[in-house]
Amino acid sequence: MMFRALVAAVAILIPGLACADIPIKEVKSPGGLTAWLVEDHNIPFTALEIRFRGGTSLDDPARRGAIYLMSGLIEEGAGDLDSKGFAEARDSLAASFSFAASTDTFSVSARFLSENRDEAVDLLALALNRPRFDEDAVVRVREQVLSGLRSELRDPSAIASQTFDQLAYGEHPYGSTGRGTLASVAALSRADIVEAWKTALARENVYISAAGDITTEELGLIIDRVLGGLPETGAPLPGAAPWLLPPGVSVIDFPSPQSVVVFGQSGISQKDPDFFAAFVLNEVMGGGRFSARLMTEVRDKRGLTYGIGTYLVGMDHSDSYLGQFQASNDKVAEAISVIRAQWAKIATEGISEKELTDAKTYLTGAYPLRFDGNAPIASILVGMQMQGMPIDYPNTRNAKVDAVTMADVKRVAARLYQPEALRFVVVGQPVDVTPSP
Amino acid sequence: MRLVTRLARKARGKTRGFARIMPALPLLAAFSAFAAQAETVSAFRLENGLDVVVIEDHRAPVVVQMIWYRAGAADEPAGKSGIAHFLEHLMFKGTDKVPAGQFSATVEAHGGDDNAFTSWDYTAYFQRIAADKLEMVMEMEADRMRGLKLDPAVVLTERQVILEERAQRTDSDPGALLGEQMRAALFMNHRYGVPIIGWRHEIADLTREDALAWYEQYYAPNNATLIIAGDVTPDQVKDLAEKYYGPIAPSEGIKPRIRPQEPPHLAERRLTYADERVSDPYVYRSYLAPERNPGDQKTAAALSILAELLGGNGQTAILPRALQFDAQVAVWSSAFYDGTALDDATFGLYVVPAPGVSLGEAEAAMDEVLAKFLQEGPDPEAFDRIKTQIRASDIYAKDDAMGLAKLYGEELSVGLGLEDIQSYTAVLDEVTIADVMQAAHQVLNRNNAVTGWLERPLEASPEVSPEQAPEQSAAPAEAAPRTEPATSETEAAE
Repeated sequence: MMFRALVAAVAILIPGLACADIPIKEVKSPGGLTAWLVEDHNIPFTALEIRFRGGTSLDDPARRGAIYLMSGLIEEGAGDLDSKGFAEARDSLAASFSFAASTDTFSVSARFLSENRDEAVDLLALALNRPRFDEDAVVRVREQVLSGLRSELRDPSAIASQTFDQLAYGEHPYGSTGRGTLASVAALSRADIVEAWKTALARENVYISAAGDITTEELGLIIDRVLGGLPETGAPLPGAAPWLLPPGVSVIDFPSPQSVVVFGQSGISQKDPDFFAAFVLNEVMGGGRFSARLMTEVRDKRGLTYGIGTYLVGMDHSDSYLGQFQASNDKVAEAISVIRAQWAKIATEGISEKELTDAKTYLTGAYPLRFDGNAPIASILVGMQMQGMPIDYPNTRNAKVDAVTMADVKRVAARLYQPEALRFVVVGQPVDVTPSP
Repeated sequence: MRLVTRLARKARGKTRGFARIMPALPLLAAFSAFAAQAETVSAFRLENGLDVVVIEDHRAPVVVQMIWYRAGAADEPAGKSGIAHFLEHLMFKGTDKVPAGQFSATVEAHGGDDNAFTSWDYTAYFQRIAADKLEMVMEMEADRMRGLKLDPAVVLTERQVILEERAQRTDSDPGALLGEQMRAALFMNHRYGVPIIGWRHEIADLTREDALAWYEQYYAPNNATLIIAGDVTPDQVKDLAEKYYGPIAPSEGIKPRIRPQEPPHLAERRLTYADERVSDPYVYRSYLAPERNPGDQKTAAALSILAELLGGNGQTAILPRALQFDAQVAVWSSAFYDGTALDDATFGLYVVPAPGVSLGEAEAAMDEVLAKFLQEGPDPEAFDRIKTQIRASDIYAKDDAMGLAKLYGEELSVGLGLEDIQSYTAVLDEVTIADVMQAAHQVLNRNNAVTGWLERPLEASPEVSPEQAPEQSAAPAEAAPRTEPATSETEAAE
């Protein structure tokens, strides 16, 4: 198994939305499952995305890390195939399967050739329905997870995020990492992994999409083969997360020439009528562009960092507004004061006409560019379903961005940006940064 | 690399410093198979010497422009390490037509993204944008090939940014520091031993004049390759390229790239780097290895397959089977090789010992596996499975036009020709077990190698753990970036 790939693959691709001529079809399987499909026969392979809502937040609190460990074990043998046999079978077909557990989802990303699609699908079905979780695999992969956890104890970025989450969410599952602790993971048994599998992979929580060389009929049959045998219900989803984040500054000593800084405040729901105005505002403040305000003020004008960004983070049970940068220890204090000033400025002054126009043209122009291959399309489609978007959302999304007015951004800026609520978590040895009491 | 934000965010997700040299998709990355059909790739050369390659993909209304200059860190003069990368940053600092900061801002205002990266053998710039904006980005890219105007104050601030970049990528990462020391030991004469970003003390002294001298020397149409990939036709590209790049005069100062070569390596080199930020120690060995050459890619192809056999797949490859399954000596092990280089390449091995196993024991176990492999060779079925995947990688690679643009740009920039690129899958496919064993015997010789140990200092200071950190008495003993999933994409919350 490759936990490294698993770590890299956890991006919850929240669909940007888009371009009018993406022909998305809804597929109903004979067994009653629903999937979205973009059929494209140009290249003889299919990308299939399956997501189960819940993810590591479904962990039994006394077994923290079980679902994450299960995600690394599910490809370690199934049915009559042991770990090696399963990997050999998969490679002989040149198929690829990846399994990942993140805070809100357990995801399966598969890619297989048209020429041996049936064999590849059978193998995927075997992994999901009849995983072996052999004792020796549990021991081996558990050691890999523990090694990763030990690394994180000395990784300033991980320490910063973890500290921030603990402050923001306390005892809710969002307040701790789904990878578990050294103690909780060391105690996980094979029985815990089996239970995690039954808990996290339930049909009531599943979302499915595909893109590529496959028809609606073929897809309907395939999803029944892969998912038909799974239990209907799983563990209950966690309730709404509290927002406990106190304002101020935390400093955690770490021996490094640079500090890692995570900062933030509460966010805004994607279902909120003001969401698109907030989305445009964030693009201006610290979005994906080099021309965003914080990149300009903190990097270009002052040379305080190599990169800085902010993100409206929408999770199933909480909405937050986060930012992150790294800076040499003697520059952290100045960077923090620049960010505070920018937060206050936008809250009272909003943004300029030109900033609004540029952000809109960027967001609307960039949207269709995301749909540029089977793999990205499948990923976007499944994300849309998880967020409850209508199937024609790509046709209407840009209009929603364009509809944001100067009055909207002014009003929403005053609501969204709360300079007095900002919390900074600094991991490093910053100069002249005083922690809050 | 100017690629900051995105890379910085990715870096948060990795669990160990080593991740950056471990390809996520070893097969596709290692084989970099030529994927596009011959009819979808066309090439021509302008009169001023600019090479142009067009890769058609009409599935989405998107285009990628990449320009690759045949000038990289290994071309730098002694004492000026980092100048290639510094100039890369400064290329966004303005011309008469496009003022500082406006290059990216203009691309972004039209819904596109742009960035740049520097390696030992090349420096490349790219934009990804709606297909009907190709003319706009081509005009801007051509404009800055010769039109750069640098404000001295802007240059000084940008030098600070680069020092921060070095602090973030290298000085904050014990694995990166070990890698830097190892390359310096491996390459005794070639500039491949100097880090791309530069040594800190030399970066701190780079000047505007250094940057402009570098620019004047290397930025010219006859020292570049233009790659256009996406929803375009060769005719369109030809017209636009002639209009915007065509008028730029070639430079007469472009010389063949003959760089100092390695002498015979006669003695094994070893080093240990201790850093209190290390969690799990590891062994990393890097061998000097042959690279792909025009008309001669067979040894490199054999080495790609060797790396896959030894350490490509965590469940079936030889090192993980022996060290993680048959015996519990290691938690991780891997092998990797990238033969796309102008001069020598490297072949790497990596082992993270299991708890209670010393670095010496892990290295000895690794060497035992290698010795056995050199005697017995691979399992023929494993060899066949790799061949199957090589053939399939052609199909999967077609899904990613940007990936293909990078592949062509990089391979052309290290001196390979179109025929080398387009025949490489066939070369890989023709490799025999005997070829792999011959390459293995040639390369897996410790006199050609440096072996590095990354460890914690003997008198390590107390573990930095959340329990001991001032604010974290209540925090559980872990620190995974849970917010990573949502923040690793730019639009986390749309």
